[in-house]
Amino acid sequence: MTDGARTATLPGPAPREVATHCPYCALQCGMTLREEHGQVTVLPREFPTNRGGLCQKGWTSAELLTHPDRLTTPLLRDPVSGELRPASWDAALDRIVTGLRDTQQRHGRDAVAVFGGGGLTNEKAYALGRFARVTLGTRNIDYNGRFCMSSAAAAGMRAFGVDRGLPFPLSDLGRADTLLLVGANPAETMPPLMRWLTEQRQRGGKLIVVDPRLTATARQADLHLQPLPGTDLAVANALLHIALTAGYVDESYVANRTTGFTAVRRTVAGWWPARAEALSGVPVADLEETARALGTAQRAIILTARGAEQHAKGVDTVTGFVNLALALGLPGRPGSGYGCLTGQGNGQGGREHGQKADQLPGYRKIDDPEARAHVARVWGVSADELPGPGVPAYQLLDSLGTASGPRALLVFGSNPVVSAPRAARIEGRLRDLDLLVVADFLLSETAALADVVLPTAQWAEEDGTMTNLEGRVLRRRALHRPPPGVRTDLQILTTLTTRLKGGAPSYRLAHRKGPLLTTIEHAADGADATDGEHGADPRAVFDELRRASAGGLADYAGISWERIDAADGVFWPCPDEDEADSPRLFADRFATPDGLARFHPVEHRPAAEEVCAEYPLYFTTGRVLAQYQSGNQTRRVGALRRAAPQAFVELHPDLADRLEVTEGEPVRVVSRRGEFHAPARLSAAIRPDTVFAPFHWGGAARANSVTNDAVDPISGMPEFKICAVRVEKAGTS
Amino acid sequence: MTEQIVVVGNGMAGARLAGELYARGEDLKVTVLGAEPHRAYNRIMLSTLLAGKIGESAVELAEVAGRGVDVRTGVTVRAIDRTTRQVRTDDGDTIRYAHLVLATGSRPVVPPLPGLDPRRLPDRVVAFRTLDDCRRIRALADGARRALVLGGGLLGLEAARGLAARGLDVGVVHRVPYLMERQLDPAAGAMLADTLADLGVTAHLAVAPVAVAADAAGVRLELSDGTVLDADLLVLACGVRPDTALAEAAGLAVRRGVLVDDQLRSSDPRISAIGDCAEHGGGPTGLVAPAWAQARVVAQLLTGEDPRARYRARPVVTRLKAAGIDLAAMGDPADGPGEELTFADPARGTYARLRIHDGRLAGAILLGDNPSVGTVIQLFDRGQPVPADRRALLLGRAVGGDVATPAASPALMPDAATVCQCNTVSKGALVSCWRGGARSVDAVVAGTRAGTGCGGCRDAIAGIVDWLSRADPVEVTR
Repeated sequence: MTDGARTATLPGPAPREVATHCPYCALQCGMTLREEHGQVTVLPREFPTNRGGLCQKGWTSAELLTHPDRLTTPLLRDPVSGELRPASWDAALDRIVTGLRDTQQRHGRDAVAVFGGGGLTNEKAYALGRFARVTLGTRNIDYNGRFCMSSAAAAGMRAFGVDRGLPFPLSDLGRADTLLLVGANPAETMPPLMRWLTEQRQRGGKLIVVDPRLTATARQADLHLQPLPGTDLAVANALLHIALTAGYVDESYVANRTTGFTAVRRTVAGWWPARAEALSGVPVADLEETARALGTAQRAIILTARGAEQHAKGVDTVTGFVNLALALGLPGRPGSGYGCLTGQGNGQGGREHGQKADQLPGYRKIDDPEARAHVARVWGVSADELPGPGVPAYQLLDSLGTASGPRALLVFGSNPVVSAPRAARIEGRLRDLDLLVVADFLLSETAALADVVLPTAQWAEEDGTMTNLEGRVLRRRALHRPPPGVRTDLQILTTLTTRLKGGAPSYRLAHRKGPLLTTIEHAADGADATDGEHGADPRAVFDELRRASAGGLADYAGISWERIDAADGVFWPCPDEDEADSPRLFADRFATPDGLARFHPVEHRPAAEEVCAEYPLYFTTGRVLAQYQSGNQTRRVGALRRAAPQAFVELHPDLADRLEVTEGEPVRVVSRRGEFHAPARLSAAIRPDTVFAPFHWGGAARANSVTNDAVDPISGMPEFKICAVRVEKAGTS
Repeated sequence: MTEQIVVVGNGMAGARLAGELYARGEDLKVTVLGAEPHRAYNRIMLSTLLAGKIGESAVELAEVAGRGVDVRTGVTVRAIDRTTRQVRTDDGDTIRYAHLVLATGSRPVVPPLPGLDPRRLPDRVVAFRTLDDCRRIRALADGARRALVLGGGLLGLEAARGLAARGLDVGVVHRVPYLMERQLDPAAGAMLADTLADLGVTAHLAVAPVAVAADAAGVRLELSDGTVLDADLLVLACGVRPDTALAEAAGLAVRRGVLVDDQLRSSDPRISAIGDCAEHGGGPTGLVAPAWAQARVVAQLLTGEDPRARYRARPVVTRLKAAGIDLAAMGDPADGPGEELTFADPARGTYARLRIHDGRLAGAILLGDNPSVGTVIQLFDRGQPVPADRRALLLGRAVGGDVATPAASPALMPDAATVCQCNTVSKGALVSCWRGGARSVDAVVAGTRAGTGCGGCRDAIAGIVDWLSRADPVEVTR
């Protein structure tokens, strides 16, 4: 590779182009990056998911590469002034290594924790897990994917024996006769996906959307079910009840491909539609129409997303819809099935390779002796040395700096100060740490609290793989090197390992003998980091990942970068380089020991916090089109900022009337846990008993200041989507 | 050792209580005694079973067993001995209780008519209450042509609808001039009768039965106006009466049902009553929702989960939903202060009458296709304020909303109107792009990025380009 980075801002001789994918959501739209005269432009690219489409986030993604806010030097907190000051890499790394060593010596190995992200490449997610388990020897690692699709993952796992967001290619959506979206708003969260929905309806398909808000997606639906937040599970059970009484259940499928239906049948017998109607507000006639549309379709697909999943009963809610899909005989039938719309860019891959507290690469369970032995072999350590399972994200964050919790935390690719539930409390926990290290390319709200901030590379500056919402492994390709002073996450992990252990991790190429990367030299201050110097070749990491995942549920053994390059990505599981990959799962069997899918009886239960006299309104959070996640990136992009300049509180005009609040007036949303402020946005698209706010903003407008930290007992998913609040005019006290 | 809770009755209330106790109890000893020989089933689904759409397994309810919960079916409790705190069963067993919960339900009322001996009904006459009753009706209905139902209340109409769905010609005999008089007004009752007529159910209104004659060949019902109706079977749906025999014999305070306080305790604090057999405040409701709410309170109290748990009666919603019929009734829409809201479309069998008092729903009847039914039920049930635009109560939520309707012509769109949401491109930006030289949809798309996200606005862009090419000839030729 040539010395591209240093020419990024200089006139170059010829334009360079690289085919890669958008840095944002799990759709991973194909895009081409073109660099000419130091200018990087984004061009849409034909790819099987986005078919040439891009939303505004993708179009403007290159703006951050040269953004003035970009971090290009490490920052160290000055002990005297308490401010973050630019520092050398050496000083920053020294501070980290000393801090980590000191913490572990005094408080034990688990006193250091690692927090990752669903936007990290597979290589980085894998390396982070290995770094935590081997280099640090801590059990305390988890990631923000817990806040994303962990409930669907757990439900898919227990029903199908495997969790792949979509067990079929996205294109199947376009051919579904009936498509049920539960708590999904792709028109705002992943707009190019809507092309498939348009195609679906143009072919005469029926689109049904379940959402407490009349979202941009719901507006396009043939039928919109608008349940009270927190009642999706009752809706699911009632749909199955109707399917049973109307004869839509595929008896032979249930008999031959599943187990456990009797208990589910008896549970949903108690969910006659009128009962669900009173609870959810969804008319019986609409429930019947939905069940009919699903039950009589040739091809029917049920998809859930965060609206159904981000609840303290998220796993059971998803299971309710999985039960429905199984009873109708959908999973594994061509063009039919159940799927989850994964959110973050590498939400899928990020949950497969060891960032999760309870998992090892390849979607292996960390408490499974065989899995431990296999991974330990690949890592060249003894299985006994591997720590056991840690705790899920919220529990981990909430224990930071406490008597029994970690005292030091390393954060990669996440901004929990904005994105965690009950965020003010988590912010306090982060402040209580002895050492907080954040790797980011912008000074996020979390980085702003750090003792050490490490400037990292952006997506256009690194190679690697991402696994999109379909389970399709894609190539992220570097356009040029990171700017001077910036290192990749892999380089940072490698360097830290070298300093902590006195030797680099030996990532090995699958078909080469001996370690590829062994020589680590400490970079001089400001020196440009090259792959060779820092021994963090993502390709070598991927090759090791392949071997670590071999034989696991998410088996990448047969996936090479060349193979991805030659096709439009490769679907896992793919155990063998010479065998076909797996675009569609479950045609013959499920990934359970006996090959049968599992029904699980699930009962609706109230939200962890219901409304009362003092907090009489339901509060729910979500996204807007022009912002992504905690907004750390998108809030800094001019066009996106203009499109969605600030947070807002969406409320029904009738409610606004009662509160004497007018359009644009600042209001305060108060829960038992905190409050935030934003202007009112009046809309009849929301139920009058519910208010909504996007969670992309920090500070006084931080919606997560009020959200509930109750978590799902199985997945650890926090209850972002419902809590009790009151809304006041901001001027009153 | 844990003190034993004995539940008499394994119906909707008793089985639910067992489930609620099981869900809470780590260390409980619960014995549920069900008189019927079946596992717990959903009584509400019996009319669907009657219709022949489902098999019996479909009405089975989840039953808890294990972890200290013992369910014994086919066991009838004969007596309660309050001094020794034990119950005696018909199989000779005696079971001690620390706390006893009566969930004995109710028994069907058999009207005092010549030819109807309540202790031994004629073969072709069935009072519709239990799964066994349902089986008998189904057996009689097999090969039958005509059926009669005595009683035009909710249960009678559900039975009639079920029988009609089996292809029988069904007559419903009702003393009152209109159906479901406890829930409906005359107009709604009449419209419901019309709806039922289309489904094969004939209502005989304002007539009383005077005699029943039944033999192996058929059943004959004589009416007060001299009419005589012949059928193959007669279903009695003349209401139910709380089954209080055990409680009365044990000396508990009983009015219509076993009198209970807010903790569902009878006059003996060691004995509670829930469901149809209990009378709290206004009297037994005969509905499931209150029974299940009561089961929850009793479970919270008995397990100590919430010693302050109290049952509060809530206004009830009556719902009749079967193929071709959609009826919801709640409160009293016909009487009382406040505003009244009505809508009637007899041709389509749609009727709505709502009473609003103090900004809240005091009652409603919704019959036929009322898209607002879910909203109305929730507003009534939760006592929430009604929408400022009352039409939303009749026509659904979106009325008065901000659902954007596309302008008839691009000319009428304001420049600031966003055409492409995905890329925030306004009509004005498209026009500027046109004026800047883009002369095709593709060129405008390339110049503005409009339509490159979800693609949903492509038609709108094409419309604007088309409008510009026609409305802006000067620009084109320039």
